[in-house]
Amino acid sequence: MRLVQGNEAVALAAVHAGCNFYSGYPITPATEIMEMMARQMPKTGGVFIQMEDEIGSIAAAIGAAWGGAKAMTATSGPGFSLMQENLGYACMTQTPVVVVDSQRGGPSTGLPTLPAQGEVMQARYGTHGDHEVIVLTASSVVEAYRMTVEAFNLSERYRLPVILLLDAVLSHMRENVEFPDVPVRERVMPTIDENFLPFGPDAPFVPFGSGHHTVVTGMSHDETGLPKALAGQAVQRILRGVQDRLAHDAREITFYHEMELADADIVLLTYGITARAAREAVGLLRADGVKAGLLDLQTLWPFPEWLILEKTQAAKAVLVPELNLGQYVIPVRAAIAGRCPVESLGRCDGELFTPEAMVEAAKALAHSLEIGGVAHD
Amino acid sequence: MTKPGIDLTPLLRQEMMPTVWCPGCGHGIIARGIATALMSLGLDMDQVAFVGGIGCSGRAPFYFDANSMHTTHGRALAFATGLKMVNPKLTVIVPMGDGDSMAIGGNHLIHAARRNIDITAVVFNNSIYGMTGGQGAPTSPLDSRSTTSPMGSIEPAFDTVELALAAGATYVARTTTFDFQEMPQLIAGAIRHHGFSVVEVLSQCPTYYGRLNKLGEAPDMLLYERDRTKLLEAFGPPPEITREEMVGQLPIGLFRDEERPEYVDQYHGLIARAGGGKSAS
Ligand SMILES: Cc1ncc(C[n+]2csc(CCOP(=O)(O)OP(=O)(O)O)c2C)c(N)n1
Ligand code: SF4
Repeated sequence: MRLVQGNEAVALAAVHAGCNFYSGYPITPATEIMEMMARQMPKTGGVFIQMEDEIGSIAAAIGAAWGGAKAMTATSGPGFSLMQENLGYACMTQTPVVVVDSQRGGPSTGLPTLPAQGEVMQARYGTHGDHEVIVLTASSVVEAYRMTVEAFNLSERYRLPVILLLDAVLSHMRENVEFPDVPVRERVMPTIDENFLPFGPDAPFVPFGSGHHTVVTGMSHDETGLPKALAGQAVQRILRGVQDRLAHDAREITFYHEMELADADIVLLTYGITARAAREAVGLLRADGVKAGLLDLQTLWPFPEWLILEKTQAAKAVLVPELNLGQYVIPVRAAIAGRCPVESLGRCDGELFTPEAMVEAAKALAHSLEIGGVAHD
Repeated sequence: MTKPGIDLTPLLRQEMMPTVWCPGCGHGIIARGIATALMSLGLDMDQVAFVGGIGCSGRAPFYFDANSMHTTHGRALAFATGLKMVNPKLTVIVPMGDGDSMAIGGNHLIHAARRNIDITAVVFNNSIYGMTGGQGAPTSPLDSRSTTSPMGSIEPAFDTVELALAAGATYVARTTTFDFQEMPQLIAGAIRHHGFSVVEVLSQCPTYYGRLNKLGEAPDMLLYERDRTKLLEAFGPPPEITREEMVGQLPIGLFRDEERPEYVDQYHGLIARAGGGKSAS
């Protein structure tokens, strides 16, 4: 057991996961990840570089991935916005890379030291064009550790950028933790012959210098990597392939916690830091006779529609507290498709929700729907 | 240097031919210069990486049978930096447009130069944005015409060489597509040099720059390159040249070739000091 900060846990987890390249640019509240990596990388024989901006940071990370490294960069909103173009490049070129975004209040410079969850949609859709991406989040220091390792594992397995969303509070919070031994997916160098298709279905990631003269381009290309005729159809085939693989493996890649869902009338659906107050709120509501439950997601994207439907089947209402003015509630509402009311509880003032605020919102919802357990007066 | 007639095709990616370049475009001459330099150095193409940006020039990586990366507009040097740091064995060559390297990518250029990372940047300078159809570039000369400066440019142009020298590049050269005899030699020197190298090659874009500035066809533009440049003392140490002397006599040749601690070496020294054992690769 030791007292560890959220950002420190991310850096330690990255090293555990085999990260041997870190590039970044200082920004609150993510900076400690970078400072920690500046100390850790040389000690483990890895590379650390402070780039000239965040566009360069993610570019260097992608370049390093093609050089054979497990690469990571970390930032916050303003830097995450700058990274969007090259995030799409990583998607198009099927490059494994981990991007941590510790969210602070926005838009623009916003509230640099205060928490937010304003990049939930940007993480999924921020870069232009159709693409798949995996987005994870965490609500405690130990979970930040676990999800960082999973981010590396998933990016290796699916050759995708994986984004880990933290927030200013989790990044800077210290908790007593015992790090779990999360298994690491090691990269195996396959034997390749002249028929190797570097962008074929399930093709392993083969970095530069392997003897295969791979072409890596952000232009639409086919399985050979070349932007040949009918590249539009080819890239659609490749992107659909990624989509299908993720859909097929949905149960394995969707991380979540649940609490008291079996008989819940009101389901609180949370992710990230918001889950902490929600856990307490569920207890308080139950004590007051409201049958509340919690579905807390660590995998935000690909959108776990199947899970949300499964877990809210018997619910009479769903409450979605989030530190934005209502982002993730949109697909949740679409998934539930009118089967029960889905209420948004949002704020973007840099404050966290108290359990009491959630209790109040849940009770108001229960009251308006005349759900049992709430005194009618 | 390889003689004309030497077969360069083993270095080229046949399935990508023909190139996208217009007839008469100088970019093909520069690609030939790079291929000739590589041939003269006898490098194993398994260990050569081309990292290009976006633009007509940025397409060059497609045409070499090597490890090829075609990245985003202006960012090639940042990608190349990550690649080189984790795989120092690779010879990394970055073909860049003038807009690519000095407008959108100017920040990466000066920082790569400052770090002195062992990468060779070849700037294909045609004084205009070719790929997007002839807009003004930061290298477009004062008064020159482009589709976004239809009455003549009112902005002074960057001098690539001055910029690279000031930013700390340790090998800096300029040549033209007219001066093909010298070009491969300068590029080979840059590749051999252990540090950040910038070779600017003045190139012709007959389709846009030539047409908009009434400079005639490609052969006329080659003669224009000849007439506006003047060779420095045959590849000796850089002479003192004042700005005034440069007018109409843009110097070409080798401006700097000096040793300074190289960035990847410096970093690996740091690993050794930190007791990091094996280096990343
Ligand atoms: C971020 C971004 N902005 C703009 C463009 C459009 N664009 C493509 S190439 C180019 C300029 C090309 O000019 P230059 O770099 O001089 O190379 P050339 O085509 O002349 O070789 C531009 C503006 C782009 N691809 N990406
Ligand atoms: S537009 Fe200009 S730079 Fe581009 S290929 Fe044609 S001639 Fe060359």
